[in-house]
Amino acid sequence: MHITQGTFSYLPELTDDEIRKQIQYALDNGWACSVEFTDDPHPRNVYWEMWGLPMFDLEDAAGVLAEVNECRKAKPEHYIKLNAYDASYGKQTTALSFIVARPSEEPGFRLDRQEWHDRTIRYTLHPYVAEKPHGERYNGQK
Amino acid sequence: MTPPDRLPGSEIPASRVGFGMSRPGRNSAGSATPEEPDNDNGEETLPPDAQVDLSKDRAETGIDDVFKALDEDLVGLAPVKKRIQEVAALLLVDRARARFGLSTSRPNLHMNFTGSPGTGKTTVAVRMSDMLHRLGYLRRGHLVSVTRDDLVGQYVGHTAPKTKEVLKRAMGGVLFIDEAYYLYREDNERDYGQESIEILLQVMENQREDLVVILAGYKDKMDSFFAANPGMSSRIAHHIDFPDYTLDELNDIGKLMMRDEGYRFSEEAEKTFRDYLKRRKDQPRFANARSVRNAIERARLRHASRLMETDESVGKDQLITLTPDDFLRSRVFAERDGDGDSDGDSKK
Repeated sequence: MHITQGTFSYLPELTDDEIRKQIQYALDNGWACSVEFTDDPHPRNVYWEMWGLPMFDLEDAAGVLAEVNECRKAKPEHYIKLNAYDASYGKQTTALSFIVARPSEEPGFRLDRQEWHDRTIRYTLHPYVAEKPHGERYNGQK
Repeated sequence: MTPPDRLPGSEIPASRVGFGMSRPGRNSAGSATPEEPDNDNGEETLPPDAQVDLSKDRAETGIDDVFKALDEDLVGLAPVKKRIQEVAALLLVDRARARFGLSTSRPNLHMNFTGSPGTGKTTVAVRMSDMLHRLGYLRRGHLVSVTRDDLVGQYVGHTAPKTKEVLKRAMGGVLFIDEAYYLYREDNERDYGQESIEILLQVMENQREDLVVILAGYKDKMDSFFAANPGMSSRIAHHIDFPDYTLDELNDIGKLMMRDEGYRFSEEAEKTFRDYLKRRKDQPRFANARSVRNAIERARLRHASRLMETDESVGKDQLITLTPDDFLRSRVFAERDGDGDSDGDSKK
């Protein structure tokens, strides 16, 4: 199941060149970029791991793209996303966030139904990869 | 078990093969195609019998403005200016060659500026980044000026992230390392500077299209730095030596600075200033243009206190004119072997 998330979730995957342009757009707006990765595909997982510190005072996208590529190399078969943080007063939030790498196979989710009192059904999403411990998901690639 | 496949519309068309997504067995790090500065506007390759107007190319890039500013704002430095013109010519010809489809490897643009203090190394580096930006060899054209402190860490494992952060900031522009010889300390083999040099070398080699590194420092110290780091020397194509200014050039620099500050010399003061420079030049710790600036700053101070002491009212003329007295009270005239007043207050 192709997991989507973030600003360009409705678009096909961005090429490296398109990613570079998006980073440049963020930098031109004065947003600080950061790279994060995870192997927990649950949509409610908001705590991704940081790849290094956020990058401040950059002018050119090459520096950020180099970090993205470093992260792709070190964390193959992971989800990697790029965040751009707008620090200006009144915003102070993530202005742009999109996925830049994903595992080659995404098994998707199982829907669990729990029967509750009064014939109530409670639903929960269970990622198939979550059955394996952290770090061994997605073909066991760390 | 099989989950529903991709949503409609999210399929990846076969034509978009350059996806940045990591796939097993493909090195996505290498898939970022290095941008050729000349072909990004989608120009078609010219036929072999076509003619290219180089002077028109030159005018389009606007580098003549840079040269003009260089000539006007920087006195002397003839060999430096000549070298910059040569580099610009090479880059322009390379662009023209690329339009004919001739292979042009990206020229090595890393540079080394050597010279005494105050000979304009930083200023020229700023102009250089501007020029390279106009020629399309730098995407942003900004200058990040750093010294050893910004690159080298204080404990194990601190240096690499620090150096990399500086390099990331300099991407798309020029990284100017002032007093670069401090990076290498031969008396301490466990010095972290070596680690920083290694990272620099790697980036200078592999990311040539992303940034230009300019090292600067005294000639003799840089020479021993390169002797100890042959890898660094071979990766730098342009070694440019900044000569010391002659007396006439210093005089011109002084006048230029006075003009910019809105002052002028009285007629006698001009001779005194020249005399001052002549004496100051032979004294220790003479820092060329920087010493000239300091001398003028001090003269302004004396000028101001002189005006405050007079009881008469002062006119515009007096406010902008420096007299010989403002210079003659300098220590340079007082004692022949003193330190001079323009560089600090320490007296031998």
